[in-house]
Amino acid sequence: MSEHADTHAHDDCGHHHKETFVTKYIFSQDHKMIAKQYLITGTIMGVIGVIMSLMIRMQIAWPEEPNVIFEALLGKWAPDGVMDADIYLALVTIHGTIMVFFVLTAGLSGTFSNLLIPLQIGARDMASGLLNMISYWMFFLSSVVMIISLFVEAGPASAGWTIYPPLSALPLAQAGSGMGMTLWLVSMAIFIASSLLASLNYIVTIINLRTKGMSMTRLPLTIWAFLVTAIIGVVSFPVLLSAALLLIMDRSFGTSFFLSDIFIQGEVLHYQGGSPVLFEHLFWFLGHPEVYIVILPAMGIVSEVIATNSRKPIFGYRAMIAAILAIAFLSTIVWGHHMFVSGMNPFLGSVFTFTTLLIAIPSAIKAFNWITTIWKGNIQFNPAMLFSIGLVSTFISGGLTGIILGDSALDINVHDTYFVVAHFHLVMGISALYGMFAGIYHWYPKMFKRMLNKNLGYVHFWITAICAYGVFFPMHFIGMAGLPRRYYTNSNFPLFDDLSDVNVIITIFALIGGVAQLVFLWNFFYSIFYGKKTVQNPWKSTTLEWTAPIKHIHGNWEGEIPHVHRWAYDYSKPGHDEDFVPQNVPLKEGEEELQH
Amino acid sequence: MTALLTIIVLIFITVAIWQMVKIFDLANANNENTQVANDKDNRINGYLMMVFLAFIYIITIVCFVKWGDLPLMSNAASEHGVKVDNLMIISMSLIFFVQTITQFLLHYFAFKYKGEKGRKALFYADNDKLEFIWTIIPTITLAGLIIYGLFTWNEIMNVSEEDDPLVIELYAQQFNWKARYAGTDNTLGMANVRLIDINRANILGVDESDPNAQDDIITTEVHLPVGKLVLFKMRSQDVLHSAYMPHFRAQMNCVPGMITQFGFTPTVTTAEMRQTPEMIDKVANINRIRIENSKALVEKGEEPLEPYEFDYLLLCNKICGKSHYNMQMKIIVETQEEYDAWIKEQKLFKNSLVQN
Repeated sequence: MSEHADTHAHDDCGHHHKETFVTKYIFSQDHKMIAKQYLITGTIMGVIGVIMSLMIRMQIAWPEEPNVIFEALLGKWAPDGVMDADIYLALVTIHGTIMVFFVLTAGLSGTFSNLLIPLQIGARDMASGLLNMISYWMFFLSSVVMIISLFVEAGPASAGWTIYPPLSALPLAQAGSGMGMTLWLVSMAIFIASSLLASLNYIVTIINLRTKGMSMTRLPLTIWAFLVTAIIGVVSFPVLLSAALLLIMDRSFGTSFFLSDIFIQGEVLHYQGGSPVLFEHLFWFLGHPEVYIVILPAMGIVSEVIATNSRKPIFGYRAMIAAILAIAFLSTIVWGHHMFVSGMNPFLGSVFTFTTLLIAIPSAIKAFNWITTIWKGNIQFNPAMLFSIGLVSTFISGGLTGIILGDSALDINVHDTYFVVAHFHLVMGISALYGMFAGIYHWYPKMFKRMLNKNLGYVHFWITAICAYGVFFPMHFIGMAGLPRRYYTNSNFPLFDDLSDVNVIITIFALIGGVAQLVFLWNFFYSIFYGKKTVQNPWKSTTLEWTAPIKHIHGNWEGEIPHVHRWAYDYSKPGHDEDFVPQNVPLKEGEEELQH
Repeated sequence: MTALLTIIVLIFITVAIWQMVKIFDLANANNENTQVANDKDNRINGYLMMVFLAFIYIITIVCFVKWGDLPLMSNAASEHGVKVDNLMIISMSLIFFVQTITQFLLHYFAFKYKGEKGRKALFYADNDKLEFIWTIIPTITLAGLIIYGLFTWNEIMNVSEEDDPLVIELYAQQFNWKARYAGTDNTLGMANVRLIDINRANILGVDESDPNAQDDIITTEVHLPVGKLVLFKMRSQDVLHSAYMPHFRAQMNCVPGMITQFGFTPTVTTAEMRQTPEMIDKVANINRIRIENSKALVEKGEEPLEPYEFDYLLLCNKICGKSHYNMQMKIIVETQEEYDAWIKEQKLFKNSLVQN
């Protein structure tokens, strides 16, 4: 009888309509399918971004030497296999753009926010499935435009991912600032719109659609991270959009927002009264929060994975939330630390030094809390756990050097050197990538109903971990030797000749690390079809997504949505036989809910 | 050739990875492999955590030994540079102390508490006292660093015309630098890119009618008298550039449409710097590398590389276009007498113009 009632309730929700191939796989409004779409698009963009980075590394290690890979991949931009200086800058630019926005923003946030928000808060789907679908397809469109820009006659955008004008505004200054830059701006405008739609949807869903009993302080930290990330996105992405629009006006309609007093290629341009520094302010008002848009979801994922695999509650749940909120707040008032030597008033530099170094405090709290979570645990080294520990490690290594870069007096000398490159790659690049890998290994069974091969996972992690340090640790030292970033070759500076051997070593690590990702790709695509079938709750986790059936259905749960009776971290709680108590299990007689 | 070697290496690595996986898989052949970590996985990965910790320490030590002469932490050639270096050394020591400890805790705990069937983890969710401690310690440490840093920063940035500096304009364009000395009146003449007149060789757009401009001197090298405060005024005519003088711990962007500035006092002449033991070693090492590289060039029938001699440099450190990687100017620090002799030889602005 009750079974019949359940099915009936399900039917009432209208989730049994007929699906065609198109509505199921392409224009799907189901959050689980959209998550997979984000993931696969992000992965493809990631492959492109990583290949670019390897070409950059090969060029730095063996400058001006013919390379068949360049010849094959770059065609006319690498005559006889020697890379052109313009295309080097283009690679640097597009690599940065793709990795930051398309892989680590859309690929990471888009995938896991979509997958986990409804499943972990106990909702049938996102607040608006239609908006969700539109947001994915706008992301897809922006990816396509970005890829198309690679094939423009004069070359893609090449003013660096920060596209500072006037370089990005004047086709006279650089070949890539013509059609390539136009497409870059169009692609980013679409991307921002997509990101805003998605963020609003995430916020509304988390605020409104939590299941019965799921109070804010019972939410898993993943959800907190996604919520705060979405809020930062809504606050800061529009500012980048305005910067992009003003830049488009300067480029195409003769306005002077960012340009003034320019003499180039024998002629004086009409621009008067604008300031490139204004662009820098607008750009970094997004640019810095963007770092946290990238890393916070990774941190949320890692908090979840570390707790599950240590079989321990996350240590200091409330402090973790407070740290996320503090980071989010501070992230919006530190952008000036990218501009200490921009010509900005030195007093502003002092203020930004102060706010920037404050961020170290919540970051330290997070790192210490993770370490304490591991302490006296019963650690299950699943691949996701390895990547999570890897994140803590690289986050510490990379984060610490932020103390130097955030200090205006020290930044003078390491600004825009390889020290910066090493810092941000470790702290947000590698760390966020590890967070993404942790998420994929952990929730793969939820997404694809099959398991990833764990041994391939181990191989993938250990090679990646060694190579990540091998690439970025020595890089700090060439930065401290004063080597500027974005140089096509260092051969014009005999001063840096003694750094060429480091650069070769770094490149070798990078190539090995890059190849190791093939292990992951193979594992990923092979397991979709041939992986071992999963059980419902393979990691013995407490959160709600594992109470949903393996088979994907519209509405996530057959029948009623489970109610929540406890927080998300009842691992190894005394008084229970199992070492985990799912959130939907009612408190036992006399059992106290931990209020932390 | 390199590419071919690279590809071969990549192929070998791929094969090696494939073999490793096969071995892993064979080792698990008898188990009911559910793709969830079992005790054996936990043990192996637990030990690998310690190996990895060792790797982190080793790579740190190797980096310090091999590339740790850290030219940016010693040999500062300017007055404020010494203070910057001190702050850098303090920050670095702190960083390496924290790095060593936290990485140890993380990896050691991961090893120590590797999972075993049947063991139960400690249910330990909170400890206000502990959390208070690791909030307050970073706060105090950072407060110290912030205060130290801000004092240093204010000292560096607070250079003004009242300190009677030698005023020099650094002028950036794609892809070279020019310097403009203010002449005997130590006041730069007005300038704007709209006044550039290539036919009259007025390449910096200096205002010809400005009396202050008449004795300005435009050069392609920077000469600085040692021990004298110099204030650089930066201008750019086209895109953003950044005047980076690493040996002096100095950097400032050149922004079209505005004038930025950076001042410092050079303390070591080029000749003195060349004679320091560190520099002699460094130059000898670089020249060894250059001779080695020259051999390959000569084999290809190209010119060998010229031997390297140390000079201070001004580099462009803000992406500025195709030849960004080769935008530099020599800086020479010399005694007052040498400087006076050099500046006397240079052409005044009013005499450098081509008369129509």
